[in-house]
Amino acid sequence: MKIGKDLVAAAATPMVLGILADGESYGYAILQRVGELSGGELEWSDGMLYPLLHRLERLGHVESSWGASPSGRPRKHYRLSATGRAAFAEQRQQWAVVSRALQRVWSDRDGGTDFAGAPAFGGA
Amino acid sequence: MADDLEPRIEEQISAWRAYVSRPEAIDGRDVDELEDHLRGQIDRLEASGLDGDEAFLVAVKRLGGLDDLSREFAREHSDRLWKQLMFPGAPRAARSGAGLALAVALAIGAALAIQLPAVFGIRFGEDGDFYARFGSLLVLPFLAAYFLVRRRASAATVAVVGVPFLLTAVVMAVYPFAPDGSTLVLAATHAAVALWIVTGVAYVDGRVRSSRARMDFIRFTGEWLVYLALIALGGGVLVALTMGVFSAIGLDAEWFVEQFMVPSGVAGAVVVAAWLVEAKQSVIENIAPVLTKLFTPLFTLLLLAFIVAGLVQGNLVDGGETEVFGQRDLLILFDIVLVVVVGLLLYALSAREPLAPPAWFDRLQLLMVAAALVVDIMVLVAMIGRIAEWGASPNKLASLGLNVILLANLVGAAWLQLRFTMRRTPFDRLERWQTGFLPVYLAWAAIVVVAFPPLFAFA
Repeated sequence: MKIGKDLVAAAATPMVLGILADGESYGYAILQRVGELSGGELEWSDGMLYPLLHRLERLGHVESSWGASPSGRPRKHYRLSATGRAAFAEQRQQWAVVSRALQRVWSDRDGGTDFAGAPAFGGA
Repeated sequence: MADDLEPRIEEQISAWRAYVSRPEAIDGRDVDELEDHLRGQIDRLEASGLDGDEAFLVAVKRLGGLDDLSREFAREHSDRLWKQLMFPGAPRAARSGAGLALAVALAIGAALAIQLPAVFGIRFGEDGDFYARFGSLLVLPFLAAYFLVRRRASAATVAVVGVPFLLTAVVMAVYPFAPDGSTLVLAATHAAVALWIVTGVAYVDGRVRSSRARMDFIRFTGEWLVYLALIALGGGVLVALTMGVFSAIGLDAEWFVEQFMVPSGVAGAVVVAAWLVEAKQSVIENIAPVLTKLFTPLFTLLLLAFIVAGLVQGNLVDGGETEVFGQRDLLILFDIVLVVVVGLLLYALSAREPLAPPAWFDRLQLLMVAAALVVDIMVLVAMIGRIAEWGASPNKLASLGLNVILLANLVGAAWLQLRFTMRRTPFDRLERWQTGFLPVYLAWAAIVVVAFPPLFAFA
């Protein structure tokens, strides 16, 4: 399944905020986590994560510091700030509303007879 | 772990670094960050069985195309994008060449337009009324046109820019200003400010709601002033030489200089300076931080010295032997000082790397803003005292209005600067506070142009 570009873009911010809410992390680890959480379905080209992180930093949602990787190379770590926590909570509420509404729409449809578990080729 | 990569892969990574470092929007630290990512990915792919070359190729591929990547980075870091304003892939010489032809054509247009009234027998400097009314209207449309054409602006943007120009032209043509009236001078100067901000709408291609776009325009304004000053220096030499050379052979070139060279030169320079800012951004980019670091301490000293002098002299309004604010000229002078200070602050903000943590310079700026705030309040008190004593005049009210706006700006700026240096608020808030004032300046300038003359009977 390929998830549309707009949807990926919209989901990226709450995803990253949510991952950072679990604790400090860095770019590659964040992407790994996105892959794990979505079972590899939610993917964007790796480089795009960094402009997003920089935007969140500019908005004050995350703070960054340069540290070193185990091999001694520079590595930039990100963690959630207080405003980032607030933004995360707000995004979470918004997505909960959207998700609930969508669930309700679909369960209404599934409740009807013509759709429940019967895709076009299901009866063939 | 990462140090264990084969030398061949290390070579490929350094070649990749050089390649990724090329776009202006991706700076050195970003490349470090991306390299860390790349190495993480390579390690993982090698662990899952790919050999070094394959792992490198897949890891690079997954980072995304450089064009897309630099575009994304540029969108976020428009302060860097600003250095080039073009994306890789666009042939650079051709782009700036096309901009040059357009700029030269429009600069000549502006230079001719400023002479146009001569066709109808209105000479520069003789019928003072005409150029006061229409001076900015003869020049700024060419600048706005330059941006509208370069940005390939939509019809809506052209209308948003064009209509204020038309309205200003109508107001300036219709109002029966008294000869040498102060409302005429006020309307002329404020019309120039208002039209400059409207030109900014063309500059940002209609994206007026974007704080970043507004900041780009502020940055442009600062750079434009620097280039204009450079051109003016050269122009001054040219004028002096012209006069000298012709007087040496017994001809008086003064009329030519006054009538043609200076007005047309200034009009053309307005457009040429804009082109220079657009085409040569990375040249001046290095000067802006230096200029602000040089002048911020000096202006802070000026403000502090003035505060001390004001307190020592005591009575600020009148009555004392030495009146600090006894003359209206001085009040206007201090308005100008405050405007320059806010300008300096804006210029410094626009030249600052947004993600850098607060440092000594930000604390110095806090001191400057706080000092400016004190001066502003002192001037404000003196102004209200003068108005209470001698009644209101257009000049006094215009100065007062400007002062109140600057006061509001400085209060907010000082508060946010304080919180920023304490790491309580991101730099972004400072930017948005200042860019939020652009519409306020525009509204105030429009009020002075449109409402002041009738209110004061065009005196």
